[in-house]
Amino acid sequence: MSTVSATAGLTAARRRVRDWLGDRLLFGLTLLASLATVALMLGIIYKILAGAHSAFNKFGIAFLWERVWDAPKNIFGALPGLYGTAVTSLIALVIAVPLAIAIALFLSELAPQGVRAVVGTLVEMLAAIPSVVLGLWGILVLGPFARDHIEPWLHSTLGFIPLFDGTPGSSGIFIAGLVLAIMVVPIIASICRELFVSVPQDLEEAAFALGATRWEMVRGVVLSSSRPGIAAAVILGLGRAIGEAIAVTQVIGAGWIIHSSLFSTGDTLASRIAGQFVGAQSDLQTASLFYLAAILLVIGLVTNLVAQIIVRRFEYQRAGAE
Amino acid sequence: MAAVDPVLNLRGGQKVRRRRLVNRVAEAVALLAALAAIAVLVVVVWSVAKRGAAELSWGFLTKDLPLFGQPGGGIAPLIVGSAILVGIATAIALPLGVLTALFLSEFAPRRVAPAIQLALDLMNGLPSVIIGVFVFGLLVNQHKMSGYAGGFALSIVMLPLVARSTQEVLRLVPLAQREGAMALGASRWRTVLGIVLPSSLGGILTGTVLALARAAGETAPLLFTTAIFANSLSTNIGNALPNIPVQIFIWSESADPEDHKRAWASALVLMLFVLVTSLIARLALVRTQRKFNR
Repeated sequence: MSTVSATAGLTAARRRVRDWLGDRLLFGLTLLASLATVALMLGIIYKILAGAHSAFNKFGIAFLWERVWDAPKNIFGALPGLYGTAVTSLIALVIAVPLAIAIALFLSELAPQGVRAVVGTLVEMLAAIPSVVLGLWGILVLGPFARDHIEPWLHSTLGFIPLFDGTPGSSGIFIAGLVLAIMVVPIIASICRELFVSVPQDLEEAAFALGATRWEMVRGVVLSSSRPGIAAAVILGLGRAIGEAIAVTQVIGAGWIIHSSLFSTGDTLASRIAGQFVGAQSDLQTASLFYLAAILLVIGLVTNLVAQIIVRRFEYQRAGAE
Repeated sequence: MAAVDPVLNLRGGQKVRRRRLVNRVAEAVALLAALAAIAVLVVVVWSVAKRGAAELSWGFLTKDLPLFGQPGGGIAPLIVGSAILVGIATAIALPLGVLTALFLSEFAPRRVAPAIQLALDLMNGLPSVIIGVFVFGLLVNQHKMSGYAGGFALSIVMLPLVARSTQEVLRLVPLAQREGAMALGASRWRTVLGIVLPSSLGGILTGTVLALARAAGETAPLLFTTAIFANSLSTNIGNALPNIPVQIFIWSESADPEDHKRAWASALVLMLFVLVTSLIARLALVRTQRKFNR
């Protein structure tokens, strides 16, 4: 009897030690991993800023509005890249936002259950296509098609606007915008769909009970109550479009120029980094490319933060309404 | 019959008809948008499949890369290299991501959790070319391009995805299970390792496969870290490893139509791998969610 309780006491004590150790160990291990993750993110920010240091010292903030990028003369400026980034992303959003919202509405309000699952999966597959494959398709299929059909049509109908004046080409800002639109649509659509699905059912039913048609219900209830969420989705899509390097590099045709025509070739911040980083001729050029990366990083961080703040506030609001 | 009740006109007047018409148009627009997205997917997949299949053969999958300007050749080194790179990335991102997610869901104090969550979210939103520049500055600048640099770069793509999906599955584990284990006298670590992790293992795996499929198609993180490579099979991660995405990028920029054909065939291989794995993982994910919701 006494031996049994003695061993039981012993194993209990042992177990306590083991549990104490196990708890500490698991806690320490997971804490370590979390710290590593945070350190990695901070390291990325630090390394990009540090790499840009010498270019920042040389050009200062004026780098942002300098138009020249001349490697032999060691003069570098970001303006044409900022312009290209802004214009391509804008084209992408103008095309993608209405399309994505319409798709999300179809998936959340209109489609029968079975169709929903299939179409939803297909739209998400569009997001899964690797950007280099989309870029390959963009330069060899979409580019020539746009040059022969879309751009001449835009030119003949809207050519009086400088944006659509110019010679159609198989690569350029316009085609980059199209490819980006394809990449952005599934992102915005999937976020909006979640938003629309989470609209309280009783609000929707109340609108129907008041005699609203489906569209009136969507406009009055679904869209108006999800507006901040849609804004966040658009900002996240914008962040994606601004940061995309590979597909844009493939289709934009390279050129550090600011041209009023959308059919002209150009460059974005990301595509210039992708195109010149490996072949940089001087340390200052590498540092200037780091500077471009730093601009891109800041834009990326800001868009992400803004989107998250909107989402937080919005979730709080919606939780409060229920 | 002919005398219509003036108060209760159920047929509806001009205004109702207009409202119905607007509704119809809006529904049609939504349907058309969905069809357009599917059409783009079909056109892209079909373009790649048609052009890629013409070039695809057993020899193409098993031979070394062609020498410059010469016909023939294959992409065996690219397939092997990509597999190694993704393997390295998974080996780093899987433990790091799962442990971070565990910390967030099981241990993190309320004050600390948002900071870690923020780091993960920001990392997830990072343009992938930035990751390439970062790893170049960290591992390549003073040394040379290498397989481990490329693998590390891809792991930064995967890490937030793995952590996010793990968090989501951990959230699905019912609180009652944890409390049950605690009530039976199990310690924290026993509960986590014996109850929480096993029941979420499937979800974590599918999340990892999704992240892996995403990483396999990423080009920008590899462009400055493992882009100038030999044209024969290489498994030495100290040197730059040939890989599919970067080679498609190089071939797509070439003026040689032969290179374009190779690019299409490689794109088909890459796309098939990415789409099929992510499709399977997605289906599995739906099943896990259903299991928890029951």
